[in-house]
Amino acid sequence: LSRDKLDADTWDEIEETLLLADLGVDPTTELIDRLRERVTVLGVRDTEHVRELLREELKALVDPGEGLDRSLAIDHAPGRPAVVMVVGVNGTGKTTTVGKLARVLVADDKDVVLGAADTFRAAAADQLATWGDRVGVPTIRSDRDGADPASVAFDAVKAGIESEADVVLIDTAGRLQNKVGLMDELGKVKRVVEKHGPVDEILLVLDATTGQNGMQQAKVFSEVVNVTGIVLTKLDGTAKGGIVVAVQRALGVPVKLIGLGEGPDDLAPFEPDAFVDALLA
Amino acid sequence: MFATLSDRLTATFKSLRGKGRLSEADVDATIREIRRALLDADVALPVVRQFTSRIRERAVGIEVSQALNPAQQVVKIVNEELVGILGGETRRLRFAKNPPTVIMLAGLQGAGKTTLAGKLGRWLREQGHTPLLVASDLQRPNAVTQLEVVGQRAGVPVFAPERGVSEGQGVSGTSQGDPVQVARDGVAFARDKHHDVVIIDTAGRLGVDGELMQQAADIKAATSPDEVLFVVDAMIGQDAVTTAMAFMEGVGFTGVVLSKLDGDARGGAALSVVGVTGQPVMFASTGEKLEEFELFHPDRMASRILDM
Ligand SMILES: Nc1nc2c(ncn2[C@@H]2O[C@H](COP(=O)(O)OP(=O)(O)OP(=O)(O)O)[C@@H](O)[C@H]2O)c(=O)[nH]1
Ligand SMILES: Nc1nc2c(ncn2[C@@H]2O[C@H](COP(=O)(O)OP(=O)(O)OP(=O)(O)O)[C@@H](O)[C@H]2O)c(=O)[nH]1
Ligand SMILES: [K+]
Ligand SMILES: [Mg+2]
Ligand SMILES: [Mg+2]
Repeated sequence: LSRDKLDADTWDEIEETLLLADLGVDPTTELIDRLRERVTVLGVRDTEHVRELLREELKALVDPGEGLDRSLAIDHAPGRPAVVMVVGVNGTGKTTTVGKLARVLVADDKDVVLGAADTFRAAAADQLATWGDRVGVPTIRSDRDGADPASVAFDAVKAGIESEADVVLIDTAGRLQNKVGLMDELGKVKRVVEKHGPVDEILLVLDATTGQNGMQQAKVFSEVVNVTGIVLTKLDGTAKGGIVVAVQRALGVPVKLIGLGEGPDDLAPFEPDAFVDALLA
Repeated sequence: MFATLSDRLTATFKSLRGKGRLSEADVDATIREIRRALLDADVALPVVRQFTSRIRERAVGIEVSQALNPAQQVVKIVNEELVGILGGETRRLRFAKNPPTVIMLAGLQGAGKTTLAGKLGRWLREQGHTPLLVASDLQRPNAVTQLEVVGQRAGVPVFAPERGVSEGQGVSGTSQGDPVQVARDGVAFARDKHHDVVIIDTAGRLGVDGELMQQAADIKAATSPDEVLFVVDAMIGQDAVTTAMAFMEGVGFTGVVLSKLDGDARGGAALSVVGVTGQPVMFASTGEKLEEFELFHPDRMASRILDM
């Protein structure tokens, strides 16, 4: 009997693990089909070995062979700072990520300027300025609510150029991807900033608790502003953030950073092995 | 791929012939499609299981005849069951016999609590109440300022004796007052100044953060709220169950508010949270503006989850 322990329960458990991690039905089904095939071909009979293969398959999905470049594009030409824009739906952790990222860059001896292009949400610029204060970098903001976010972003890059900064980090307002007007506004922020030169990095901040809607977020934001990297926040909670597996595969945009808390030091590089381990734990 | 459950079931039953009950294979196929639809809508797996076993019982009884389309019958059953679980009628806020009525907000980071405080305040003021917002989030940078701005937009006063984390604190940024004390003082202030409703905004916290969960429990113990509202983002996925249970056990809540329903997430979390906690969804938050707020409608939510 022990030879044939690969019963329905084993497969159910595997499926459950993947679904509960928000991987989604299609990716889960595909992964399990592939796994079943390998199990048959290899004549695998024990659960332990299946789990090992599962880990391999998942790792291959999260970190495909050609190797996604997960480094931040923050090298810059002389006379112009690298420009990073942070975008996403409401409440995912954009402003906090800008603050934490500034901290990392400052620790790396970079001169950083923050741009408060969320002129909409109550006290958004104050929140960013507090982060700037925390990590010791200046924040460019408008002195009134409801100012044009594109011109604040433009001014921030201008200030970055004038002060010979290394990196300008632009925080934008949260917006749901089905709000056409707000998405147009985001496109405009980018275009106006590009008058100074190209935007080097556009980070989409996805909340790890997000379910299947995360794919729609990634698709629409990518169409509007050409996302170059994903930041997966709130991984310090119980959520696994499995939606990024499908997102990465569908769009080819790598997860670059993860958020692990609300403090200035709670930002880390994305590590596929650790992510897969946590997902299967 | 078929867009809706109804389309998929129609395809499933296309080869159906003759009369009598649905065969076991037909029922299995039906359940598979329903399971799939619910998972795509982010209903949590344990809740999907409970739900499909109820549907299975009813599907077994379906008679196939020339007159009735079995796909439509199944969709009708699913819809009825969904509405049943989500609650037939919206539960109203419970007001205290001796004012002030205390409403405490709780939930994960970024769920929409502070915005909801403004929405509830505005809504109650328009009904002739005299609400007071209390700034007990001293942790998120400028949460107090945010609540003050929201209160001003809502035309509702804000009790904010502490600044919380804000500019000018240097690198540490952790100097803060006591959120429990602020909540307690806020209720006393409201009683003194004859505000008949107190809405306590609290910091976002994770279910696994024991210390912050205890703080929320302490705020509750210090203010004996008439309602504790759990605010949950309509975009949340499978984690809805773990988080809702953590808040239920760690703080205890009496109602649920679903936020960001103006998005295009299907909002299966509504079913997950109600399914595992038994607490009703009372309100829907449908935008960033303070008037974008309404009573929760179970029937609309059922259609939305089913993508109908
Ligand atoms: N636990 C945890 N909380 C986080 C993390 N990142 C952000 N937060 C919290 O999530 C909440 C929302 O973060 P913000 O940075 O304000 O999010 P945002 O995307 O800028 O929000 P909007 O500008 O309103 O759209 C705050 O309470 C943050 O402290 C994280 O990695 N872990
Ligand atoms: N589109 C939309 N945005 C919302 C809704 N409710 C809140 N928001 C936005 O979501 C973000 C987070 O809202 P907050 O009210 O700050 O959330 P919170 O739960 O107080 O966050 P923390 O205090 O950081 O835990 C902000 O950008 C709000 O404007 C809603 O119903 N629809
Ligand atoms: K996690
Ligand atoms: Mg923000
Ligand atoms: Mg708040």
